[in-house]
Parts: sequence; C-alpha cells; structure tokens
Amino acid sequence: MKKLRLIIEREFIAKVRNKSFLIMTFLSPLIGVGMIALVVFLMKKNDDKVKEIVYVDESGLFSKEDFKDTKTIKYQDFTDLGFEETKKKVEDGNHYGVLYLPKQDSLEVLAKSIQFYSKDTPGLNTIENVERNVNRRLRNLKMTNLGINLEKIKASRISSDIKMFNFSGEQSSKLINGLKIGVGTVAGYLLMMFVIIYGTSVMRSVIEEKTSRIIEVIVSSVKPFQLMLGKIIGNASAGLLQFIIWGILLLILNVVASSFFGLDMSEMQTANMSPEQAEALKQAASGNKMQMIFQEIMKMPLVTLFFLFIFYFFGGYMLYSSLFAAIGAAVDNETDTQQFMMPIMMPLMLAVYVGAFTVINDPHGPVSVIFSHIPLTSPIVMLMRVPFGVAWWEIAISMALLLITFLGVVWLASKIYRVGILMYGKKPTYKDLWKWIRYSG
Amino acid sequence: MSNLLEINNVVKRYGDYTALNDVSLHIPKGSVFGLLGPNGAGKTSLIRIINQITMPDAGEIILDGEKLAPHHIEHIGYLPEERGLYKSMKVGEQALYLAQLKGLSKAEARKRLKYWFDKFDIGAWWNKKIEELSKGMAQKVQFIVTVLHQPKLLIFDEPFSGFDPINAQLIAKEILQLRDEGATIIFSTHRMESVEEMCDYIALINKSNKILDGKLDDVKRQYRTNTFQVGINTSNPKEVEAKLKENFKVYPADFRMLNDGLTLNVKLTQGNSANDLLSYLTSQGEVQHFVELIPSANDIFIQAVGKNSIV
Repeated sequence: MKKLRLIIEREFIAKVRNKSFLIMTFLSPLIGVGMIALVVFLMKKNDDKVKEIVYVDESGLFSKEDFKDTKTIKYQDFTDLGFEETKKKVEDGNHYGVLYLPKQDSLEVLAKSIQFYSKDTPGLNTIENVERNVNRRLRNLKMTNLGINLEKIKASRISSDIKMFNFSGEQSSKLINGLKIGVGTVAGYLLMMFVIIYGTSVMRSVIEEKTSRIIEVIVSSVKPFQLMLGKIIGNASAGLLQFIIWGILLLILNVVASSFFGLDMSEMQTANMSPEQAEALKQAASGNKMQMIFQEIMKMPLVTLFFLFIFYFFGGYMLYSSLFAAIGAAVDNETDTQQFMMPIMMPLMLAVYVGAFTVINDPHGPVSVIFSHIPLTSPIVMLMRVPFGVAWWEIAISMALLLITFLGVVWLASKIYRVGILMYGKKPTYKDLWKWIRYSG
Repeated sequence: MSNLLEINNVVKRYGDYTALNDVSLHIPKGSVFGLLGPNGAGKTSLIRIINQITMPDAGEIILDGEKLAPHHIEHIGYLPEERGLYKSMKVGEQALYLAQLKGLSKAEARKRLKYWFDKFDIGAWWNKKIEELSKGMAQKVQFIVTVLHQPKLLIFDEPFSGFDPINAQLIAKEILQLRDEGATIIFSTHRMESVEEMCDYIALINKSNKILDGKLDDVKRQYRTNTFQVGINTSNPKEVEAKLKENFKVYPADFRMLNDGLTLNVKLTQGNSANDLLSYLTSQGEVQHFVELIPSANDIFIQAVGKNSIV
C-alpha cells in the first residue's frame, strides 16, 4: 500500500510538473474563452451590417406593411422606378438586392415567378425572411379568395403548454427535459474527454517507462499490477486537478469577460436561435420559470445522481485506462499504438453517438437500454439516461456488469502489461497478446 | 560456508518454449557468483525469477533459509542489463523514489545517498535531470540506486556495459568491496576477463540447461589439460623435439622467447608427471620457460558450450 502511494505520488507529480500540462491547464481555457469572444465579436459585427433590400411590386398586391424591417434587413419600395432601372441602380449602388414581384394572372403563377437578384448568394436567414414575408401575404390573399375570414383565423389561434407527469407525481415539461438532456450530455462528454485525454496519458507514461528502460528496475521492486494501478490513479488525480482548475478559470474568465466586454453569455446562445425559441428562453429565464427550474433541479435525485456520476465516471475511466495501459505495454513506441487504439475508441465513440442521438429522443427505448448495459458503453450512455429516471434494478444490473467487466479487463490487461513491459523489438500482433495472456506466473 | 540462495529444480516455460529446464544452483554467502552463458541461454529468465518479476513453473527458491516471498524484494538489489532511469526526473528525487520503493524511509535514503554521492563525488548532480547527464554518469547513479538499500543479494547483469575502463574499474572495486562487507553477488556477463578477475564461483547455462558449475578454481582444474608451455635453449633442438615426441604429446607453441630457442606445447601422457618432463628438459639445456596452460574462463566457456551444442 505504501508503495502504491509512492507510485501515485510520482505519477501525479511527473504529470503535473510537465510543461505541456501547465500549458494545457492554463492556456486552453484562455484560448477557449478567447475563441468564444472572437465568435461573439464577429457575430455582433455581422449583425451591425444592415442589408437593404428593395422590391419592385408590379403585381400591386404588396405594400410596405408586408415587408417589416428587422434588425438586419431593411426593405424599400422601388416600384415607381421600374424593374430594369432598379436592377441597374442596385448593381452599381449600395443596396443588397432586388425582389421582383411581377404581374401575373393568378396567385399560383405569381408564387412561382417571383425573383430575387443580389450581388452574392444570400444567407439562409435573409432568404427565409424574404420568403416568409411573401408567403404570409400570398396566403392571406388566397384565404380571402377562398372566402375564409381572416379575423376569425386570428381569433382561433391558441397555444398549449402540456404539463407532463410521471406516475409518482413528479412534474416535468419540455424545458425540464431539456435540462435533463443537458446534465446527461455534459456528464457523458466530460467522461469521454477524460477517458481519451488521461487514458492516452497513461499509455504514454507506460511507453516512456519502456523506452527509457527503467521498467525492469521498477518491477524488481513493485508488482507490475501495483505499478499499473498507481499510474492509472496518478494520472486520474492529475486530470481531476486539471478539470477543477479549468472549472475555476472558466468561472473567473466568464465574470471578467462579461464585465469587461459587456458580453452576455445568454445573448450568445440566443444569437443562433429563431426568434420564437429565443423568446421562449427569455420567458423561461425570467421570474417564475427560473424558480421552477431551480426547484426542478432540487427535485432531481441529486445524491443518487452524484453517486452514480462518480461510479460511472471512475468505472468507465478505470476500465478504459487499464486497456490503454495494456496497449502501452504491448508496443515500443507511440506510432505502433494505432492498430490497438481502434477497438478501444470505437465503443467510446459509439457510446457518445448513441447518447447524443438515441437517448435524447427516447431515453428508455431498446437501443438506449441495451447500450446502457453493455459495459464498454454503459458509463456514458447510462450517465446520460440517469437524469430521466431509470429503474433501480436496471442501474444495479448495469453497475454489476460494469464492475465484473472491469475486474475481468483489469485482470487481462495486467497480464498483457506484465509480459509486454519486458518485451522489446517486434511489434506484437493480437495473436501475441493472446499468448501473453495465457502465460502462467 | 552456507548458501545464501538455493535454486532447486527450477523450470520456466513460455508457451511451448522452455527457457529454463530443471536448473539448480547453490550460491554461497559472501561470494561473487558468475552466471555465464551465451545470449538466449536463460540467464535473464533465471534472474527475473529470483527477482520475482516472473514466477517459475516448477521448482523452488530459498533465500537465506526462507522460501522466496514478496518481502524479500527489500533484500535484493538488481541492476538489469536493460536499464535506465526516468529521463525527465531529477537525479536526487529519482534516487529517493527508487530507494523508497525498496523499503527505505525517506530520511534514511537521503542519508545514504549523501554518503554515496560524496564517495563518487557527484553531489553536484542532485538537481540535474537524467537527460542532462552522460550515459556513464547515469550508470553511476543507477549503480548507487541498486546497492543503496544494502541488500543481502546483489544481482548485476552486464554491470560494466556503458562504462569506460576507468569507471568500470571503479565499479569492479566497489562490487568486490560490497562482497567483503558481506553481500552475495550474482554476476552475469559475457566478458570473460572480468569473470577471472571477480568471480569465486561460476555456473554456465546453455540452451536452458545448467551445464557446469562450481568454484572457479575447481572448474579450471576440471578443465586443465596437463599441457605445459616450454622454452629451452639447446644445442640440438631437433633431437630434443624428437625425444619429447616419444614420451609426450607435442604441439607447436606460439609465444616469444628472448633468445631463439625451442618453443613447444607439451601435454603429459599417462604415467608421467610434470617433474618427469622438467627433469628431462633440464638435462638437455637451459630451461627458460615452463608454464602450465591453465584454461581461461573464456576457453572453458567456448569448450563447454561447444560440446553442449554438439550433443
């Protein structure tokens, strides 16, 4: 036990003292925030530019009423100038584009013959705005033609907000569901990142011991299994430290950035949303809804969630990093790791994709359920499912499977590790690894 | 003298390959024991078993009267042939770490390190990283780390590789001194001249089998051929040579004498002794050279391995 502590300590210090660790820890949040700030800055800059669109309405069916100005698009009526003149003027001038609404016999023909000329290909937002305006007017005209009372249509509009409950009486809503997805996704991605960054770091540390040839000196003092375990735990500790520092730095930078540049993080998020979504979010963020979210968070089984998070996080990390350690032991240098990395990365990626696409839509569907039980994917998929409420026996089975697999994999990995660390030269094949596993003692 | 280490009927297999086939060795306390053998003979396999890096498939190992167990790690110091240190770690920290893995307390390790660093005059390296040192310097640090916990049993696998002759001499002296202070040393090497210089006992392993072991002098006696190198100043060399051929086996010799005389290798045959040969020679002229050809470790090695390979 004392030796294990020594190894963990050494691995931790070696990792933390490494220059690249320091750079990663302190520079990457800066770079991250810097990039976000840049994107926001450019987005604002972009928004500042107003597109002036002129329209020539020969049909006589449209008015300025139909083309409402927005923050970024302004409409002007150039009908009097005539289409050809306008086109020429716009081509030479500062206007962004021309919308041409020709005179036609019927609305249907008109709908198919409207044209838009611009200097460059317009963005999706611009063209959507123009189309929406045209469509609304044409639909209204059509409805009037069909003898539908527009006033009544307007009066008939109603929006529902379905309140969702489960049978134990907990209330939920779309918003709360979103929150749950958020919590699950963040946890899942965090785990994946952690596994990849620190799993490969374990692997590199094993390879370093092999190439510097210190390994035989070390294993004459400690058991290879102790060394492997110490490495895995030491690297994880360094990783946790890094994550904590990142969390603190991001918090600080967020505060600094928002007070300094007047950037509002919520503005950033709404920038990409349609007005309706943004509106909903704003409503949600204000007053009662905010309180409700807070209450909802408190209502989630936080203690259970936290416990499960810890369990799956470390279960998943230990499972994968022992595989990484075995790979490191099997090869002589990092370039040889490729062939063995594939089978490890695949379930990891699969888990994230299943999590991102299936769990979000159908947290209790067969695909989600199956992948939350397969040990190589369960840490990520189950973490994403848990906020939606999973039956205790399902969690118990999944945890038991993970634990059993973990023990089995560590046993196999330590066998490969024990033989591999003392093997030099030939790049091993899967057949060699199998042979090593079968060696006794 | 009692044995510090007894290796009894050890077998080690890797899959279908047998690395050690029923090998037994007894290593006396306070001796330097040369473990010899060509590449791939099984030396490293045996050493790894003694270090408990791998386990034997059969047989047992007794260290100082006890069956080998994990706690014995602290009584063994091992300098492997494939050796190295953490490149980006500082010399002092690294030495402390490795010493603690061998069971020393930090304070004790620091105290002993100071003694050795002073002895080798390398105190200035304490805060340097290994990658800043030359290969020979790193080897010195490695040697210190190996012996620091004052193990009863020291295992050196090719200890002189990587050292220049001066430092090799220094290390050889240290090894012999450690023996004199009571340590038992297993010394594995190809360099036969260092075997002559250092070993009290030797064992020869070839193709997974022990083919020879014992006190170096005894082994040499066993391999002596009763051949003498003689040099004589005589007026009628042809006659002397012919006469010698009647009673002994005579081979041409290849060594230099100060004045031109007859030089020969003469092997005693049944029924005659060295004195018979000498007294005949003295009656024929002035004997300038008379030396028994004692087989060197190198000769024994080549002869034993060669014989073993043919069988």
